[in-house]
Amino acid sequence: MDTKAPPKTDIVCIQNLTFSRGHRKIFNAISLDIKRGGITAIMGPSGTGKTTLLKLIGGQLYPDKGNIIVDQQNVHQLKRTDLYTLRKRMGMLFQSGALLTDISVFDNVALPLREHTALNESMIRTLVLMKLQAVGLRGARDLIPGELSGGMARRVALARAIALDPMMIMYDEPFTGQDPISLGILVKLIKELNNTLGLTSIIVSHDVEETIGIADYIYVLSEGKVAGHGTPEQIRNSDSEWVQQFMKGDADGPVHFHYPATDYKEDLFQ
Amino acid sequence: MIDFLQKLGQTTLTSLGKLGRGYFFLIHTLVGIISVLSRPRLLTKQLYSVGVLSFLIISISGLFVGMVLGLQGFYILSDFGAEETLGVMVAASLVRELGPVVAALLFAGRAGSALTAEIGLMKATEQLSGMEMMAIDPIKRIIAPRFLAGFLSMPLLAALFSAIGVIGGQLIGVGLLGVDDGAYWSQMQSTLDFQDDIINGIIKSIVFGFVVSWIALFEGYDAIPTSEGVSRATTRTVVNSAFTILGLDFILTALMFGDI
Amino acid sequence: MQNSKTQETLTGLFVACGIAALFFMAMQISNLGSFSSEKVYNISANFENAGGLKVKSPVTIAGFRVGRVSSISINKDFVAVVKMNIASQYKLPDDTVASIYTAGLLGEQYISLDPGGEEEFLEENGVIDITSSAVILEQLIGKFFTDKESQ
Repeated sequence: MDTKAPPKTDIVCIQNLTFSRGHRKIFNAISLDIKRGGITAIMGPSGTGKTTLLKLIGGQLYPDKGNIIVDQQNVHQLKRTDLYTLRKRMGMLFQSGALLTDISVFDNVALPLREHTALNESMIRTLVLMKLQAVGLRGARDLIPGELSGGMARRVALARAIALDPMMIMYDEPFTGQDPISLGILVKLIKELNNTLGLTSIIVSHDVEETIGIADYIYVLSEGKVAGHGTPEQIRNSDSEWVQQFMKGDADGPVHFHYPATDYKEDLFQ
Repeated sequence: MIDFLQKLGQTTLTSLGKLGRGYFFLIHTLVGIISVLSRPRLLTKQLYSVGVLSFLIISISGLFVGMVLGLQGFYILSDFGAEETLGVMVAASLVRELGPVVAALLFAGRAGSALTAEIGLMKATEQLSGMEMMAIDPIKRIIAPRFLAGFLSMPLLAALFSAIGVIGGQLIGVGLLGVDDGAYWSQMQSTLDFQDDIINGIIKSIVFGFVVSWIALFEGYDAIPTSEGVSRATTRTVVNSAFTILGLDFILTALMFGDI
Repeated sequence: MQNSKTQETLTGLFVACGIAALFFMAMQISNLGSFSSEKVYNISANFENAGGLKVKSPVTIAGFRVGRVSSISINKDFVAVVKMNIASQYKLPDDTVASIYTAGLLGEQYISLDPGGEEEFLEENGVIDITSSAVILEQLIGKFFTDKESQ
C-alpha cells in the first residue's frame, strides 16, 4: 500500500477505501480528507454507508482495501491498546445516543472519566456537572436514560462524548427525528462546542438544510463514490445533476423513483 | 443432491464459525474477569440480578420437587417396607441429579434468557458499540461481571434447591406420612458420602453455571441486532442451555458414578 | 431502580443463604458431620468370602459405626483381603474378631468387630486374624435342605 504521508492539517485522511458487506460494495475506492478544526459534513441518501464510514474511522470495522489515517496514525494497523488510546481522543455520538440504560445520566457521563482517569470522586463530580451544564442538562443528572426524550438523550450522549476532551467528535445523524426546538438546540450546541473547545467535528447526515447551515466543508456520497465536495456554496452551485437532486430533494432525477425492475407492462400481463 | 451437500457444508461452516467465535469470546471474557476482581461493585450488582432474582423461583421449585419426591418415594418404598430409607432416596436424587440439573434449567430460563436479552438489546441500541468507541472494552465492563456472577451463583442456587428439597421431602415424609424423623436423617447421613455425592453435585452445578452463563452471554453478544434477532437469540439460549445441561449431566454422571 | 443499599443487602443475604445451604448439605445430608474429617488408621482382615461387602460399607462395634471399608481385593491364596479405616480414638485389641453380617434379611452387608481382651492393640496396617465370613443366603438354604435329608 502506498501510504503517502498526509499533511498535518488533515485530521482524518481516507485513501482509496473499499468496503463491502456481503456482495454489495458500500465504498468503492473513495478518498477524502477532513481538515483539522471546523465542521465537515458527509452527506448522502440513506443506505450509502455513512454510519459504516464512521465505524471504519473508529476502527470498529476493517476495510477490504485502503487506508484510514487519523491524526497521523493508520487506524487499522494499530495494536489494540494503541487503538484504544486513539479512541479516547475521538468522541462519537450515536444516533440513538447509546447511553447505558441501567445507570443514571450522571453515571453515564462519568463513565469514561471513571474508566480512563484516576480522578477522585469530587473532581469527577465537578467535571460531569460542567459537561452537563454545557449541554444544558445539569438538572437532569439523576434521571435514567429511559426517562429522557430523544433530543435530551442525544445531548447527554454529547456531554459524555466530550467528557475526555477529545480532539474530534463524530456525529451520526444528529438531526434525524428531532422536533424543531431540539433540532435548534443541537445545531447550536454542535457549533458552539466546536468553536469553544477547538474540536474537529464530522457530521454524517442527510438533513440538507441543517447541515449546510453549520458545515464548513461538505462531501456528498453516492453509490460508494464521492459525488461532489466543496464548501456549502460550491455544493449548492454544483453542476452535478445528482448533487442537485439530492440538495433539492427532487423525486426523480439521476436517482430514479422506481427501484430497478423489469418493464411494468410485461410484469403485469405476464 | 448437490443442493443438499451444499446446505450441509454451509451449515457446518456456520456452526464451526460460531463455535470459534464463542471460543474467543470465552477466552476474552475469562481474561476480563481479572479486571472485575479489582472492582467488586460491578459484581455485586450482577449477583443481585442473576442470583437474588432467581432465588425465589429456585426455592419454591426446590420445595415442591422435594415434596413430590417424598410422596412418590414413600409409595414405592413402602411396598418394600423400606420407608426408613426415604431420606436417602430424596437426598440422593436431589444432591446428585435434580439439584444441579433442575436448578440449572430454571437458571437458564430465568437468568440466562434475561442476560441474552439484555446483552442483545445493548447491542441493538449501540450501547456496546458506544462503549468500544469510548475505548471501554464491553467484554471487560459488561460481559465479564455477568459471567462471574452466573458462575458463582449457580452452585449456591443448586445447593439451596437441594437443601430446601430435602426439607420439603421431610415435611411430607415425616410430617404427613409418618416416617420416623430420626431414620429420615440418620439413614441419609450414613448413606450419602460427602466426597462422592455432595462434592460431585457441586462440581456439576459449577460446570452448568459456567456453560449456561457462557451460552447466554455469547448468544446475546452474537445476536443479530434487531428485535427479531434478539428474540431468536433468547430462545436459542434456553434451548441450547437445556440440551447442553442434559448432555453434560449424562457425561458427568458417567464419569463420576460410572465405576466404583 | 432499586436503592443500591437494599440491593447490596439482598445480595449479601443471598450469598449467606447459599453458603448456609452448602454447609447444610455437608453437615446434615452427608456423612461429613459424623465422620471422615477425623483421623483414621488402617487395618485389614482376611475373609474366606467377602459376600456383598463394598468399599465404604460400614464397620461397627456393638452396632455403632467406627469406620468404613476402604478396599477389597484377593491375595495369592484367593482369600479376600478387606482393608478398613478405623477412627483413631477406637483402639482395638489384637484378638478382635471381624464378622460380616447383613443388616436385615436383604439389607446391605457390614463388618462387625468384636473386641477381645488382649493387652496389645492393633497398630497401623495391623491384621485381624479371627474372622467369620459372610453368610450367603443360597448356601444357607442349601445347607438347610441337606441337613433335613440326612436326618
